[in-house]
Amino acid sequence: MYSQALDERDGQPDEAVNAAFEQRVAAEEKIEANDWMPAAYRKTLIRQISQHAHSEIIGMQPEGNWITRAPSLRRKAILLAKVQDEAGHGLYLYAAAETLGVSREEVVDQLLAGTAKYSSIFNYPTLTWADMGAIGWLVDGAAIMNQIPLCRCSYGPYARAMVRICKEESFHQRQGFEIMVTLSRGTDAQKAMAQDALNRWWWPSLMMFGPHDAESTHSDTSMRWKIKRFSNDELRQKFVDVTVPQADFLGLTVPDPDLKYDATTGHYVFGEPDWSEFKAVLRGDGPCNAQRLAHRRAAHDNGAWVRDAAEAHAAKQHDQVEAVA
Amino acid sequence: MTGPTSQWPLWEVFLRSRNGLHHQHVGSVHAVDAEMAVGNARDVYTRRGEGVSIWVVPSAAIVASDPDDKGELFEPALDKIYRHPTFYEIPDGVANI
Repeated sequence: MYSQALDERDGQPDEAVNAAFEQRVAAEEKIEANDWMPAAYRKTLIRQISQHAHSEIIGMQPEGNWITRAPSLRRKAILLAKVQDEAGHGLYLYAAAETLGVSREEVVDQLLAGTAKYSSIFNYPTLTWADMGAIGWLVDGAAIMNQIPLCRCSYGPYARAMVRICKEESFHQRQGFEIMVTLSRGTDAQKAMAQDALNRWWWPSLMMFGPHDAESTHSDTSMRWKIKRFSNDELRQKFVDVTVPQADFLGLTVPDPDLKYDATTGHYVFGEPDWSEFKAVLRGDGPCNAQRLAHRRAAHDNGAWVRDAAEAHAAKQHDQVEAVA
Repeated sequence: MTGPTSQWPLWEVFLRSRNGLHHQHVGSVHAVDAEMAVGNARDVYTRRGEGVSIWVVPSAAIVASDPDDKGELFEPALDKIYRHPTFYEIPDGVANI
């Protein structure tokens, strides 16, 4: 049902149709799958939603790494549930992308071919158990900051998927913070482990909000189309403002010598992330880019026999029904 | 690497929640057949007790109204405000109506 409207009105839309679209968006009306939309709006959304889906799918790996080594059955069950959620989020988002007329196989193949981007954060290794805490607290915290405004995105299927995702992310962040609380109240070694995780994940988490507004290529149009509601720098500031007091509560030190509270503005002033590192990771030269993609490809290939068997079974059932009829 | 994933049919998923409301559309899944569609819908959309009943419908079987017909389909209802109970004024002192 989703693709039927795509073939209509090929070529340049007349200005009135385009103006009506812009007006609907400006009036906070939701755009739905079968509604007319500019080709660039569709393209932007397909890119953003599929990248978002890929991030959830690749994001299963850093944490999947610790499932077998979680320190208790309770932690293991929680981590397993969290990684399952990431898979679910990827699937909600692929489904939302498909409403725009792109096929699932097309976007999945882009990921497997290495031509699609996903969030830079998942190309860092998870070296200790404390990383499970830091990821939930910081990475999911930053993701929530990014994602809450997406619940009001002008494109209906994306906005609805995000409502569902945000509800579930809250569990992710809180379980991470709980791990950090436990470690920071533990032995000196546990506290050091928590501090080390914060040291390694702080800057990559700030980079999750993307480049500075001045260098962000897609921002202006995305803002006008209400795909994006806040700028990268606004969201980054918001994240720092809520997270620093949480680090203080844990008794941990944010690894930024320039960090200080500005009482006149009510905001924290903070240092500059290493943008050359950010660019390198996006380019594919992060610590784990190759490993993440190789793992995803292997998982896809190793699942081939399951997909083949499912298809064979369905064909057999179909044939039997035909034979009876 | 094996060839590209073959595209399985798309199914729309509807859930009825515990509170007795109608089945509601929640998203879609790919599956080779109806049985697998129910299984996938269960895994993807009910991890937190969101539903007590699942419907899956082949997406291709859904016929949607044309967004361009929105005006003629739905606007006539907007100017018939007398269809709503709040249209009518009931004098003070009249109870149970």
